[in-house]
Amino acid sequence: MDRIKKRKIANKIALSLSVFAACLGLFWLVFIILSVLQKGFSAINWSLFLKDPAPPGFSGGGLRSAFVGQGIITVIASIVGIPIGIMGGTFLAEYGRNSKFSKLVSDIADIMISLPSIVVGTFVYSIMVRPMGHFSGYAGAVALAIIMIPTILRTTEEMLNLVPWELREAAFALGAPYYKVIKDVVYRSAAAGLFTGVLLGVARVATETAPLLFTSFNNPFFTINPNQPMPSLTVTIYQYAMGPYEEWHKLAWGASFVIVATVLFLSLIGRFLINRRFSKR
Amino acid sequence: MRRRTFAAKDKIFLFLTVLSSILTVAIVVAMFIVLLIASLDAIKHFGVFHFIFHEEWNPPRHIFGGASSIYGTIMTTIIALLFAIPTSFGIAIFITQICPKSLKGIFSSAIELLATIPSIIYGMWGLFSLAPVMRNYIEPALQKVFFPIPGLRILFEGTPLGIDLLTAGLVLSIMIIPFIASIARDNFELTPKELSESAYAMGATKWEVIKDVIIPYSKVGLLSGIIIATGRALGETMAVAFVLGNDHSIHLSLLKSSTTIAVTLANEFTEADFNLYVSSLFYLGFILLFLSFFLLSIAKFLVKKGAKRDG
Repeated sequence: MDRIKKRKIANKIALSLSVFAACLGLFWLVFIILSVLQKGFSAINWSLFLKDPAPPGFSGGGLRSAFVGQGIITVIASIVGIPIGIMGGTFLAEYGRNSKFSKLVSDIADIMISLPSIVVGTFVYSIMVRPMGHFSGYAGAVALAIIMIPTILRTTEEMLNLVPWELREAAFALGAPYYKVIKDVVYRSAAAGLFTGVLLGVARVATETAPLLFTSFNNPFFTINPNQPMPSLTVTIYQYAMGPYEEWHKLAWGASFVIVATVLFLSLIGRFLINRRFSKR
Repeated sequence: MRRRTFAAKDKIFLFLTVLSSILTVAIVVAMFIVLLIASLDAIKHFGVFHFIFHEEWNPPRHIFGGASSIYGTIMTTIIALLFAIPTSFGIAIFITQICPKSLKGIFSSAIELLATIPSIIYGMWGLFSLAPVMRNYIEPALQKVFFPIPGLRILFEGTPLGIDLLTAGLVLSIMIIPFIASIARDNFELTPKELSESAYAMGATKWEVIKDVIIPYSKVGLLSGIIIATGRALGETMAVAFVLGNDHSIHLSLLKSSTTIAVTLANEFTEADFNLYVSSLFYLGFILLFLSFFLLSIAKFLVKKGAKRDG
């Protein structure tokens, strides 16, 4: 066989393998989504959202407490995390632009984004749960806020850097103080980007499980008091899926279905916003 | 008067932004310090070398060695990378070189969707959907293939249960594919057109252009992508917790249960009922934090070096 033929065959094999890899990637996605659809869809009914868990072995019951707990923890985490992330990102992009300190913060935030979330859980356990003497929704929220901050900080920094400097100069020329320029000019023109960053940050933590295992822990009862151990959807899925009862597995799949549907929906919105932003420019 | 309130508000705003950015760094520093202090008991008791290389993890006898957790962490990560790297590169090559333009966006989004699926769902899916397939079909088939080959037999010994290193590694690999694939795709697209076109002009085939021009040109980016994915795999908890079992012993076979640092923490943290136990768990957490931080810093350094070269 001559060299050219050999090279052509090698080319064909390599390219086919890459098509195969692409199909494999799609295969996993379809396999996962179909599994969740198939097993979760039948568990979707009103009692899933409106009833609290039934005692082990009894049929029926839902996950109302877990949905509410998850909501409360995520909202508190957002209240703590979003302002810190946005303000921090503002410093990096505005006051500290190009300074050594802001480069350091930026790098550390990038590293933080990928740090194992379970380590954040152990950290919050020792600074909050131990001193307070009990698990609480607040501790869970702080853990999630810590995970959320670097994502929001970095996207804020990047989005503010995209705002042309001339815009600020124009506002300065009118005599506006810097904080007003940032608030009324910079934030406003970067609004879509900031919103996307916040959405990414919240979406990233809304489905976290590991850091909640020993911060908010779990609670079989309905509660809206964040100073108590609080149930969350993800920790409940973990316990129910690992549990021995068929009923529990069904509820876990139902909750998974809700989560996957929400995540897909949110990422569609995120993608839409990003696309709109880039097609405008 | 108005000017003065402006100035005051300006200062307050500046102060808040500085505070927020300092807080971000402070959290990381505090994490290291707090975890180190919390693990002091275990460090004093077992030392560094002994803890890392000692296998026995036996709470009733108050003996804690981290080797089994560390081994499981490293093995699942290696298996995940072995599956994920070729697949991700294949996907990136497909998207940038082969896929028709109209399908590019859809395909990229589909792969990135894999990254947005929560790890708890990966875990449940792994336990209830993937593990039975592994147990009933794939693992027995692997045994049939590899048992006659001397040396490889040891990797596939034991009864296939589907809850083992191999399944955990596979689930992890699916989770990190989107990271490596999207970084590889971006890097492939950054390769200057002139380079690949001149190679085509010399008669190179598509694969030769990819292998000899595009991959060498983007190797720094590819490497950093792989390192970031490694960091992810090291620290992933829920997906692995479902499909790895929780067995504190070291086996060479990929079809045996094992544990990782993250899984040990997830399973045992709330059960630990005496100081040395809790402290040993913190010690594991500290090791995981240290490992991840170290790896991610290297990735960061590489990205910066790459950016400097391109700039």
